[in-house]
Amino acid sequence: MENYLSLFETYDVPAAFWVNIQLSFWAALWALVLGTVLALFRISPIRSLQWFGAAYVNIFRNTPLTIILAFGFLGLFSVMQVSLAGDLNVSLFRIAILGLSLYHAAFVCEAIRSGVNTVPLGQAEAARAIGLGFLPAARLIILPQAFRGAIAPLGNVLIALIKNSTVAAAGSVATESSSLMKTMIEFRSDLVIPIFLTFALGFVILIIPIGLLTTWASRKLAVAR
Amino acid sequence: MRKTRYTAAAIAAVTALTLSACGGGDDDAAGSSGASGEAGGESVRIGIKFDQPGLGFDEGGSYSGFDVDVARYVANELGYTDEQIDFVESPSANRENMLANDQVDMIFATYSITDTRKETVDFAGPYFIAGQDLLVPTDSDITGPEDLEGRNLCSVTGSTSAEQIKEQYPGVQLVEQPGYAECVTAMGGGQIDAVTTDDIILAGLAAQDANAGQYRVVGNTFSEERYGVGLPPGSDRCEDINAAITQMIESGAWEEALAANTEGADYSYNEDLNPPEPEPCA
Amino acid sequence: MSAQQVLFDAPGPRTRRTILIFNILGVLIALALLAWIVSALADRGQLAASMWTPFLQARTWEFFILPGLLNTLKAAGIAIVTSVAFGLLFGVGRLSHLAPIRWVAGTVVEFLRAVPVLLMMIFFWLALGRSGAVEPQNAPLIAVILALTLYNGSVIAELVRSGVHGLPKGQREAGMAIGLTRNQSLRNIEVPQALIAMLPALISQFVVILKDSALGYIITYPELLQYTRRLGVGEGNVIPSLLVAAAIFILINFALSTLATRMSSLLSFRTRTRKRAAEDVVVMDAAST
Repeated sequence: MENYLSLFETYDVPAAFWVNIQLSFWAALWALVLGTVLALFRISPIRSLQWFGAAYVNIFRNTPLTIILAFGFLGLFSVMQVSLAGDLNVSLFRIAILGLSLYHAAFVCEAIRSGVNTVPLGQAEAARAIGLGFLPAARLIILPQAFRGAIAPLGNVLIALIKNSTVAAAGSVATESSSLMKTMIEFRSDLVIPIFLTFALGFVILIIPIGLLTTWASRKLAVAR
Repeated sequence: MRKTRYTAAAIAAVTALTLSACGGGDDDAAGSSGASGEAGGESVRIGIKFDQPGLGFDEGGSYSGFDVDVARYVANELGYTDEQIDFVESPSANRENMLANDQVDMIFATYSITDTRKETVDFAGPYFIAGQDLLVPTDSDITGPEDLEGRNLCSVTGSTSAEQIKEQYPGVQLVEQPGYAECVTAMGGGQIDAVTTDDIILAGLAAQDANAGQYRVVGNTFSEERYGVGLPPGSDRCEDINAAITQMIESGAWEEALAANTEGADYSYNEDLNPPEPEPCA
Repeated sequence: MSAQQVLFDAPGPRTRRTILIFNILGVLIALALLAWIVSALADRGQLAASMWTPFLQARTWEFFILPGLLNTLKAAGIAIVTSVAFGLLFGVGRLSHLAPIRWVAGTVVEFLRAVPVLLMMIFFWLALGRSGAVEPQNAPLIAVILALTLYNGSVIAELVRSGVHGLPKGQREAGMAIGLTRNQSLRNIEVPQALIAMLPALISQFVVILKDSALGYIITYPELLQYTRRLGVGEGNVIPSLLVAAAIFILINFALSTLATRMSSLLSFRTRTRKRAAEDVVVMDAAST
């Protein structure tokens, strides 16, 4: 037990989790914005935008996140010389956020689209009947209801995103929790199982409340029909 | 009628998928020379780098480099034929874990002997002494580690080079990558000002066809890296390996291998320190 | 079905013009984006012929891409089979009428779904290797398969459960009426029907398994990404190699995804009432890595 507690003096476990939380927070925000725009593209009357949305979703949904994040460093940062901050490591941290956002935006888009599917036809017809065009109808009538219908799948994307933030290790963010766990096991292999359970529990504690919250919210906010 | 047909098709599809998956699982031997060699006492599994030209390099089915040649020589001395050697890739960050895991029997992968590493693994050797240096674009004004303040530097996760820079030059912006090739790619784009690791590795990188003429090694070494043979903790092979290394040096094969593998690279080893005397085993 | 077609009227002349303008604008923006990527790559010589000719050589495919792909398919293929087995076992466990079994299966599934696959992979790799329970050189492969199985198996267990819950109650009642026990009815009547309903979601999960197998890269399993990295290092074409690896993954996964969509529309008449439940699950877990 003392042995186990001494781990926390040598290694800063909360700091590693904090990195994952920061990655997840910013990536969730950007993925939500981008995913909503893509969903709008896909339900818009404009063929080229529909096509763009579909192509985006199909490409990013089917590529391993590991490759996207590796490309973030090698392609975007190294070759295309995209720098998102003066400080090297801040820049790489932001590129990892960008990679996570681009990947999860595809799933946000599909979640919102599934939310749009829960909106009855009559709503759109009524919106048209009172003379609303595509954008006003989407903004005032369809999307508010779609978001409420999409809370459960969106919550699931968020959960996946938090877990996937560990893959940022492949995108040069070496301070996050899976990297720390690897180092800890390397030096303290006598405590393999306690170390793993500590990290696993950390994620369970982060994720279970989100699951419960989104389930509760999706019931509470479901549009009564 | 239609219903059953679709269902049947669906089930057939899944079955086919499952079957092909099983098929994939069965033919074990094909193609996986990387991680899964032959089990059992006959062969020896040696961890090398696959991505360091001149030291340990995957040529597509065969391997070349100084580490590889030393590994072959030592394995032959230990009684293994060339056919009995399985080369396994051992990236810097995973070397200790691979030894502790018993995934490899020994590691010849530009593996510096350090006190920290000795806590988790055993070493034989050293069989070569290199020094940490910098690789910079040909037109760079960097002449040594003092010039790095505030610049962007790249090295490899789990290497002594990265540790050294973090301790001695805290003002340097360091990014750690899985391999030096990633570092060189980043430097090619101008986002990184210098790559640091041992001079012999850098010389091999600079001499690679794809990089020819673009980079130069600064030539101002600031450390002594003693390349050892990594062994699982408690291994009983250390003495024999040391004897093999001594034999290789005395017979002239060491010199020959080094010359052959640095040919074409702008590199000459430190003659005061090389060839080294293997340390007594722990 | 969806608001898609009714969100907008059949366009009149003015709207048609607006749509045309936006269409052109959309195409231009997409082209500009593409042009930026291409020119940025070309500026750094990434589109030079010498970067891409290695992919025309048999050697590249023989020693790098095919062995890597084979290892990826091997890990993913085995993991698919074991995940389905795990999912059936725990899915049925969660439906058991014995409370303790239900409780244990539920806890295991919920726990495993909350733990990142990468953490499990690293753990099994290091723990198995050190314990000596498996041939050490197989530790990476087994770690990849175990981690993929535990996570995806749990998701499939949830699919089984929601699939059975989506069945009309009459199915079980009919089973009981002809004298089957609850377990027999579950095994012989409900689960087989649920399996058919969940087939599209199941295939989407296979895509997840295939994608996640690329995490094996981090724990020294020589899968496609690992091999293409070696290739890129050797030929000095890291970026083109990465793009080729991505293209291979996209191609395989796109084929699987298309199969899933096809199947879900083919099966929709059978599963009309239960489709929604299954659909939520698809969206949710496909996001994993």
